[in-house]
Parts: sequence; structure tokens; C-alpha cells
Amino acid sequence: MQTGNETGQSGSELVRPEGIIPYSSRLSVAPANDTIIQARGLEKFYQMARLQVRALDGVDLDVGRNEFVAIMGPSGSGKSTLMNLLGCLDTPTGGTYSLNGIEVSGLYDDELAAVRNREIGFVFQTFNLLARATSLHNVELPLVYSGVGARKRHQKAMAALDKVGLGDRADHRPNELSGGERQRVAVARALVNDPAIVLADEPTGNLDSKTSYEIMQLFVDLHANGQTIILVTHEDDIAAYSHRVVRVLDGKIVSDKRQVPLTATAAV
Amino acid sequence: MLFLEIIRVALGSLRSNPMRSGLTMLGVIIGVAAVITMVALGTGAQSAVEERIQSLGSDLLTVRGGFTMSFGPARSRSQTLTTDDATAILEGTTSVTAVVPEYEGNAQIEMGNNNLNTEVLGTWANWAEVNNWELEAGRFFNQVEAEGRRRVAVLGYEVAEQLIPTNVDPVGANVRIRGISFEVLGVLAAKGAGFGPTSQDEIVVIPLSTAQWRVFGNDRLSSMTVRMADESMMNMAMAEIEVILRRQHRLRPDQDNDFFIASQSQFMDLMAESSQTFTLLLAGIASVSLIVGGIGIMNIMLVSVTERTREIGIRKAIGATRGSIQQQFLIEAIVLSCVGGGLGVALAVFASNAMSEQLGWTMVIPTDAVILSFGFAALIGVVFGFYPAMRASRLDPIESLRFE
Repeated sequence: MQTGNETGQSGSELVRPEGIIPYSSRLSVAPANDTIIQARGLEKFYQMARLQVRALDGVDLDVGRNEFVAIMGPSGSGKSTLMNLLGCLDTPTGGTYSLNGIEVSGLYDDELAAVRNREIGFVFQTFNLLARATSLHNVELPLVYSGVGARKRHQKAMAALDKVGLGDRADHRPNELSGGERQRVAVARALVNDPAIVLADEPTGNLDSKTSYEIMQLFVDLHANGQTIILVTHEDDIAAYSHRVVRVLDGKIVSDKRQVPLTATAAV
Repeated sequence: MLFLEIIRVALGSLRSNPMRSGLTMLGVIIGVAAVITMVALGTGAQSAVEERIQSLGSDLLTVRGGFTMSFGPARSRSQTLTTDDATAILEGTTSVTAVVPEYEGNAQIEMGNNNLNTEVLGTWANWAEVNNWELEAGRFFNQVEAEGRRRVAVLGYEVAEQLIPTNVDPVGANVRIRGISFEVLGVLAAKGAGFGPTSQDEIVVIPLSTAQWRVFGNDRLSSMTVRMADESMMNMAMAEIEVILRRQHRLRPDQDNDFFIASQSQFMDLMAESSQTFTLLLAGIASVSLIVGGIGIMNIMLVSVTERTREIGIRKAIGATRGSIQQQFLIEAIVLSCVGGGLGVALAVFASNAMSEQLGWTMVIPTDAVILSFGFAALIGVVFGFYPAMRASRLDPIESLRFE
């Protein structure tokens, strides 16, 4: 199990610069900056028996505000590891990572949880909704953990559901929804806390092509409204919706190209 | 995470698996119910003793035959008192106004096809008067019958009820004690419960001489009840009785008394004390089942944590801290144990009522026992919920999200 302590010991760069200062107070001093993600020399090593696996071997990555980036690579390339680090689900073995002006690489577990809660909206391949909860409750969940009161929570969650076109499905449970609808609920959940980035991990992997198109169209719309989006995929036609494609191989970035995105009309 | 939200989540997940939640709670329900019922039983016995202490005349003393050493490993309780001792006390003291010798034994008593084993008490004709017993029907035996070894008996209320068919008048009926035929002279009024399951009304009173010579073949006494002229003479009466009994038993100055004297309330105090010890013992045994119930909760919570690994992963990914995950599972365990505790209290009240109605036992449920056992159940939820909750909070979000 990875903890903040281990990384704190592994290099001088990783010493927590501000000591144990609550995340919330750090947020207020975060500089207004057009760079949302800044990763330098990001490394992640796993020790397996006597063998050291270098899952991520020195990655530098900058992502600006309102970029739509696709991270691509075959399985085993380190793309999932990179996504876990960018999503603050894991801590790097070496290197630094700052998200929206917050130096994340030295944070402890609970501070990382707070960063995930406010700065990151996750969309997963398998939707990962709570099966027993209604759409509304699923979307409210991030707000519950950030301590938003019940009335405000309800308002914001309804607004997010409206944004993905599911305002009329608020009291349905996931098993009463289609796959596309479930993924829309997940997108609403990702958006509800106004995160700095939306991190989508193979969001269309479990959907048919028509529904995939609808979900991608939703991402295009969100991006048009100013949302920063990072998309992890191994499908070229899904990556085609993005403005920039970052390819990862053997734990390193092998190409980083801007492209003209596929427009909605061209896709039909 | 807001506290109300956590409780809502906990209740929701318990409701979603009602069968499992119910079975998990069963351990706590039974534990709490057992503790409270046992304490209620003990407290009931104690209050019955206290009631009896109050109903007893404080002008009565009890003399019992004591322990005597015999050579070798055996140390037997011997019946050292005799009828002569009783007469000597009555004649040789100034403070004593009445002596009632008693011989207690158990015997089979029959009437027609009915029979039961009950306490048979041989005593003098003044027994009912000195002990304040009223008669329901008929009369007590008189001195002539008592001294004449007559085969007459007075039945306790319960014995008459069980032995004599309803269409037969107990007064004048014939019963057999150890095969010997007795005429029933009267029936004692009901006095109700004694200590726990024994009733004071399960008794047959016959003349002492009849008991000694015809039924049990023993010329000794079990005990004597002595009435003083006045309460204030207690110490004087005790001293006088001791002198007379030592002389009667020819004890040398270096020998201990082979009898002991106490006021009846002292005997009752002793019994109250022992019933208290008994209560504690029962409650202790019952609380073991409460702890076993707690282990059941821990077991189920561990299963639940494993089953819901993915849910934990989702919650962590969207911002749940370790603390909020831990709280969620801890509160689930506490809700389980508290609901179980509440149902246990309800079951205990029901069981106590049933026992006092069906068996006629005195049951008193003390409020502090209810509060204490409920609190203990809640504490068990905390203690046994802690480890599973900690396990849940330490799960790695990446691994948990991958968990199928």
C-alpha cells in the first residue's frame, strides 16, 4: 500500500514544502495560472520480488487550462500508472506533480482525498456508480464529502444532471438506466464539484459505437464550455476528438502532438 | 462527511441485506436479553427476601444446629438440637415467651392418583401463631393432637391446590405421607413466592412428635424459632439461650458452640447476600454471550468490507478520506449493536413478564441494568466494529476500483 510517508523519504525534492498545512488554506494561496498540470520527472517504480518494474520512468507533462488531451498507449505502457498519478489516486516514487497550483507529490492520504474531491472529476470505463443509490445521490456524493449542505447539494446535483441531459432520471438507480445513461450520470458526478480537470479512463470502453459517439459529443461540449479534459484511451477514433495526443510507451512519453480535432459533424 | 449522511448510509446498507443484519443482531439481542432477564430474576429474588424480612416479626430469633468436627476427613453437619433443648429454653429463660421447634424433611405425599414431593415440617401447635400464618380453611392442630403423635396435617396452599381434586373439600380429606395416612385439618393461606422458584406455599405441616416418630424416625430438630418478650431483649435472649444450650449439650469451656443463633432478619440478610452473588454470576455468564454476539458483528463487518471493496474504492476516488470511510463502517457496526441492544431490552421485558406470569417468579427489571447492558452492547459495536472499519479505511483506491 502506498502512503505519503514513503514518497516523502525518497528524494529531497519531495520534502513537503509547507509542512502539514491543511489543504483548504493552501487553496487560497494557489496562483492563478494557465497551467493546470505540471509534472516533472515523474517516476513510479514497483518492487516485485527482486525485480524492479519501472512503470513510469521520468515523465514531463504540461497541460494548460481548457485543453482536451488524449493519453494513448498499449496496455503495459504505463498509461494507467500515469493516469493514477495525475488523478492523485497514487503517489509518485520520484519527481514532482503540481495540479492547479497545488504541489501534490508530497501530500498525505487524506490531503490527496481532498484534492481528488475538489480538483478532479473521474469518469471510469465501468461507470463505478453506487448500485444502491439513485442517480441524484450518486451525483451528490462528491458534495457530501466536501461537506456541502443538503439543499445546496440537491441544487448542484440537479444542475449537473440537467447538464448531461438526465434531469428526468434523477430518482432512477443505475440498474434502471442504459449504459450510456449510466456514463452520463458518472459524467455529472465528475462535474458536480467544478473540478480543475475531468479525468476519463476509457469512458467508451463498455459502450456501443452510437452511445460512444454521444458520450464523446458530451465531452466535446464540456470542452467547448471551458472544461479541461484528460482522456485515457487506446482507440484512435476516440482520441481523434481531442486537440492533443500524448503517446506513452515503456513508461516514457514518446510523442506529444497537437491535432485538429474531429468535429461532431465530421463524425457522423 | 456529514454525520447524518453517514447514519443514512449505514441504515441503507443494513436495510439492503435484512436477513444478514437480523442474524448478526441476534447474538446481541440474545446477549442483552439474557443479561437483563438474569438480573431481573436475581433482583426479584432479592426483593422477595426483603419483603419477607419486613413481614417477619423482628422479635423472632432462629436457632440452628451447627457444624461439629468429627475425626477423620468427614465433616458433617449434625443435627444437635433436641426437643429437650426447646423445653429447657422455654423454662430456663426470662426473655423468651415462646419456642417453636421445627423438623424439616422432604417426603412423597399422595392422594388418590395425585402425588408430589414436598417439604414436610414437624412442629408444635403454636407454629402458626408465632409465625403469623393465617388459615385459608379448617384449623391448625392443637396441643393435644401435637403431643399425641396424631396423624393430622395442615397443607400449604400450593400443596392443597395440586394434590386435592377441586371437587373434594380438603378439610377432612385423607392424604398419605410416606405411605402413612393423615387427616387434613386445614389449609394455610397463600403467602406467595419465596426465593426464586421456591414457594412458601409448598409445605405440609404435621405435629413434631408425629414427624419424628412416625415419618422420619429422627428425634433431632432442624431449627427452633424463639419469640422474645420484646425486641430490646435481643442480646439478653441470645446470651440466655447460648448458656442453656451449652449446658444442655455438655460443652466444655474450650469447645465451640455446636449451634448458632441469629435473628430472622440476619438469616434473611444472608440469603439476600447470596442471591446477589448468584445474580452477579448469572449476569456474568450472560454477558459472555453478549461478547460472542460482538464477535459475530465483527465477522459480518469483515465480510461486508470485502464485499464492498469496490464501493469503498469509488468513495475514495471521489474524495472520501480515511476518516469518513472508517466512520461509515464503524457507525454501521454501532447501529447493528444498538438496534440489537434495543430489541434485546424489549425481549427481556417480554420474557420477564412471561416468567412472572407463567411461573409466578418475582421479576424486577432494574433501570440501571437496562442502561448498563444497552451501553455495553453499544460499546461492543465500537470495539468489534473498529477493526473492520480500519481495514476498510486503509484499502488502496486503485486496487479497490479494480476489485470485481
